[in-house]
Amino acid sequence: MNKICPSLEEAVSDVPDGASIMIGGFGDAGVPFEMIDALVAQGAKELTIISNNAGTAQEGIAKLIHLGRVRKIVCSFPRQADSKAFDERYLSGELTLDLVPQGNLAERIRAAGAGIGAFFTPTAYGTLLAEGKETREINGRHYVLEYPISADYAFIKAFKGDALGNLVYRKTARNFGPVMATAAKCTIAQVTEVVEVGALDPETVVTPGIFVKRVVQVGPAHADGPAQH
Amino acid sequence: MSQDFQRLSRREIAIRVAADIPDGSYANLGIGAPTEVADCLPEGVTIILHTENGLLGMGPKPPPGEEDVDLMNAGKQYVTALPGASYFHHADSFAMMRGGHLDYCVLGAYQVSVKGDLANWHTGAKDAIPAVGGAMDLAIGAKSVFVMMDLLTKKGVCKLVERCTSPLTGVACVRRVYTDHATFDITPAGVVAHDLAPGLTHEALETLCGLKLLRKS
Repeated sequence: MNKICPSLEEAVSDVPDGASIMIGGFGDAGVPFEMIDALVAQGAKELTIISNNAGTAQEGIAKLIHLGRVRKIVCSFPRQADSKAFDERYLSGELTLDLVPQGNLAERIRAAGAGIGAFFTPTAYGTLLAEGKETREINGRHYVLEYPISADYAFIKAFKGDALGNLVYRKTARNFGPVMATAAKCTIAQVTEVVEVGALDPETVVTPGIFVKRVVQVGPAHADGPAQH
Repeated sequence: MSQDFQRLSRREIAIRVAADIPDGSYANLGIGAPTEVADCLPEGVTIILHTENGLLGMGPKPPPGEEDVDLMNAGKQYVTALPGASYFHHADSFAMMRGGHLDYCVLGAYQVSVKGDLANWHTGAKDAIPAVGGAMDLAIGAKSVFVMMDLLTKKGVCKLVERCTSPLTGVACVRRVYTDHATFDITPAGVVAHDLAPGLTHEALETLCGLKLLRKS
């Protein structure tokens, strides 16, 4: 078994138009910028993107949105200091937004990966984001029924990975990576370093290889390690 | 209307909040103004700070030149990890809130109602770009939800209200509101005002709020 893919270009080559893609990251931490660039070059369009943010400036998801490749975005916090690409396409109606509270987003993704059919959560009860949703009172507390979110692909960034797909992350760049890895038909991890099978301590593996289809070494480039000034 | 009282500064409000978080607590300080509470925690107490993007044991901002893009808080500011810190993924992080493990969170607000309803994610303006982040999860997640805000808007409208007009973040979730005019406890009997700004009377505060306020017994 060898899940190592020689290039990002090859790793994303089979993404079809209309695909749903989970993209890891919170702010810039854990965003697989290089893999998104490879998808931009590949040209897939009509995409549904599931991610916490909608990108800033002209980078990452913002680049996909700016180029008109995204039809729908499912996220918790699209507004940023410099989220011009999102703002324009959203206000013009070209981009559909499904706004999901951050914890519900994480749990709905987790549920998809864990084979849960739906769950009741107290988050958003009595708010606009629960309008039209089924609710239930359980032991005196009010809950909202939420369904899983799965995707065709998950693009995530990890620190180290091996040929079996085992991954470890770095600091708060972990964020959505481990749950997204479980919830997509094809999870692709870009890693800073590919290590030999056996080099990762089994006690500390965060994402077991069963959840990962492809691993690509990208190296310490864009947003990794010490901040670039 | 002249006001012969001295409003509290943001730092003074933060000091009040910090003094009410007991030693040994786990707390989340939201984003924006409430993060200042971290700078006001008393010496010698251990309060473990949670940031929802996956860190318990958050420390202060790093010295210049030592920023790490992989180590930030929910406000996307560079932070540090203290000895004994741990990292975890987003589903675990929100389980810490929703599951009732987090003792306190401190949030900002557009409005808080006398019943403890919170509005802090959407102004309600039609052309606003909606963004909710972790606000709704935090609002119902921590065992005690504190709000830290100015009592009045820039236009002088009271943000402690009978009923919220801005879209809600959570229903009946706020326990205490710290403001530049006074601290307010949301109780089943009504809103209790205490620790009024120096020179401010209970009656003048009621007039400002347009609300009947209880005195601390």
